[in-house]
Amino acid sequence: MNTSVTQTAARPEARPRANRSLWARLNKNKLMYLMILPGLIYFLIFKYLPMWGLVIAFQNYQPFLGIRGSEWVGFEHFERLFNEPTFWMLFRNTITLFILNLVFYFPVPIILALMLNEVRVKFFQRTVQTLIYIPHFMSWAIIVSLTYVMFTTQGGLINEWLASMGFQKISFLTEEAWFRPLYVMQVIWREAGWGTIIYLAAIAAVDVQLYEAARMDGAGRFRQLWHVTLPAIRSTIIVLLILKVGDILELGFDHIFLMLNGANREVAEIFDTYVYTAGLRQGQFSYSAAVGFFKAAVGLVMIVFANKLAKRYGEEGIY
Amino acid sequence: MVHDKTLGSRLLDVFIYSSLTLFALITFLPFVHVIAGSFATVEEMLQKNFILFPTKFSLDAYRFIFSTDTIFRALMVSIGITVVGTAVSMTLTSMMAYGLSRKDLDGRRTLMFLVVFTMMFNGGMIPTFIVVKSLGLLDTYAAMILPTAISAFNLIILRNFFQNIPDGLEESAKIDGCNDFGILFRIVLPLSMPAIATISLFYAVSYWNMFQQAVLYINDSEKWPIQVLLRQIVIVSSGLQADTSELGGDFVPPPENTIKMAVVVVATLPILLVYPFLQKHFAKGALLGSIKG
Repeated sequence: MNTSVTQTAARPEARPRANRSLWARLNKNKLMYLMILPGLIYFLIFKYLPMWGLVIAFQNYQPFLGIRGSEWVGFEHFERLFNEPTFWMLFRNTITLFILNLVFYFPVPIILALMLNEVRVKFFQRTVQTLIYIPHFMSWAIIVSLTYVMFTTQGGLINEWLASMGFQKISFLTEEAWFRPLYVMQVIWREAGWGTIIYLAAIAAVDVQLYEAARMDGAGRFRQLWHVTLPAIRSTIIVLLILKVGDILELGFDHIFLMLNGANREVAEIFDTYVYTAGLRQGQFSYSAAVGFFKAAVGLVMIVFANKLAKRYGEEGIY
Repeated sequence: MVHDKTLGSRLLDVFIYSSLTLFALITFLPFVHVIAGSFATVEEMLQKNFILFPTKFSLDAYRFIFSTDTIFRALMVSIGITVVGTAVSMTLTSMMAYGLSRKDLDGRRTLMFLVVFTMMFNGGMIPTFIVVKSLGLLDTYAAMILPTAISAFNLIILRNFFQNIPDGLEESAKIDGCNDFGILFRIVLPLSMPAIATISLFYAVSYWNMFQQAVLYINDSEKWPIQVLLRQIVIVSSGLQADTSELGGDFVPPPENTIKMAVVVVATLPILLVYPFLQKHFAKGALLGSIKG
């Protein structure tokens, strides 16, 4: 007995040094770990637990049976997914909106930033910036509400104006054909001004001597823009473009959900809103979890790919 | 750039100034229109001849929407979750960010990876709903705060900021007998006020604008924040049950559009009021976050 006690007591001494010092380090920083703990618990419960919860995409999940009790069905829901016309509608709508965004929204902040940079009157520049930043802080509920009161056929400004000019009123909000234009206009209206910030910063970082040199060579304002400013912000543009591609499926639940109605569903429904309707409204938990899983997986691939590309171009860039 | 005085250059200036003016007007006028419209009188709304400024101001729309406490209650919910939520978020975020900013902390890289990974992949709406439900959070105010209490993006911005504080300050505080909590609250946070202000504003705006979680987790309309009520009244057009007896027997309810505009204004006003403050800080925050993300 006696010897064994001595041995146990002696054991810590015999431990490999690295181990002991690890323990010592952990112990020394125990307050730091205590500080991290609440945050860590948050991530585990609200971020990692749902990731584990994705297994219900491979089950026929019944809320009262729970994940443990529900029956496993393998890839059944995914098969249904790819065979259903709805899936291809969601896919088409998502991609279309993404491309429209890229073509019509993406260049606007660049153009605005280039124009703002040409403005010499500081007061004018500041005023314009202040005004065009505002919508960025408004919720989509506010922005879509503004759209509704202005575009409604019942006394909305736009339709009253059309009527006073002798045109027919247009039901912008319930016509399929108007959903996409409205969507893109809202995105531009909300984000374009705010989007200029990064480009303006990139332009501000351009060496003034480059402009002087260009002028010496007889370059006018267009040529300075073309040969100095644009090349200087090229890498910023490329990085932002790549990062945007990484967010291909993130069109925003709030925005689409608020714009969606019975009349425009064919063109407006996207993965996020469909998961909500099919899952939470109609109770098809497993099937809509499979839709969500598909979306998250594609999203992950796109983000990783985009980040790799962005890094490659970012390193060659100005910062 | 010195501007030359050639004709081309002047034409370019005309083009630039007018385009920017136009864009700024298009951005701003809808707000003016809605604010003005919310004060319009019935007659003016019927004549449909006002665009920006009504000639007669009327508070009828506001008297109408505040005649019951539906709007008032939703405003209180929004204010409550904004204040409490921002406090919770800032406490959790700054403690974790500080921990992760310390280079001598074992497992720091693993923890960072755990955080960054959630920006790339998530369980999605249904599994998150199941978690929230099994925690018994449905129809509680906590459901509008806890599931998004920490934004990984904000956490990383704050951590980067903390990392730039010289280690020497922390060490000397330690020698003076300060523990880690003391260092955070007495040294690091006071030195980081610009970053703290920015991130608090980020959180506050997102709580004020919060919509998705309320739609998902809150069925009880008495607990709706203003954004969800806004949708109900303006977009779903469910109308607002007003107590017209409160307003006197001869009160004529304002037109529907005027009422809707007044509701939009009420939901927008708090942000418009803090906007000058927001803009100053956020422009810096946006750069902080996007260039060195």
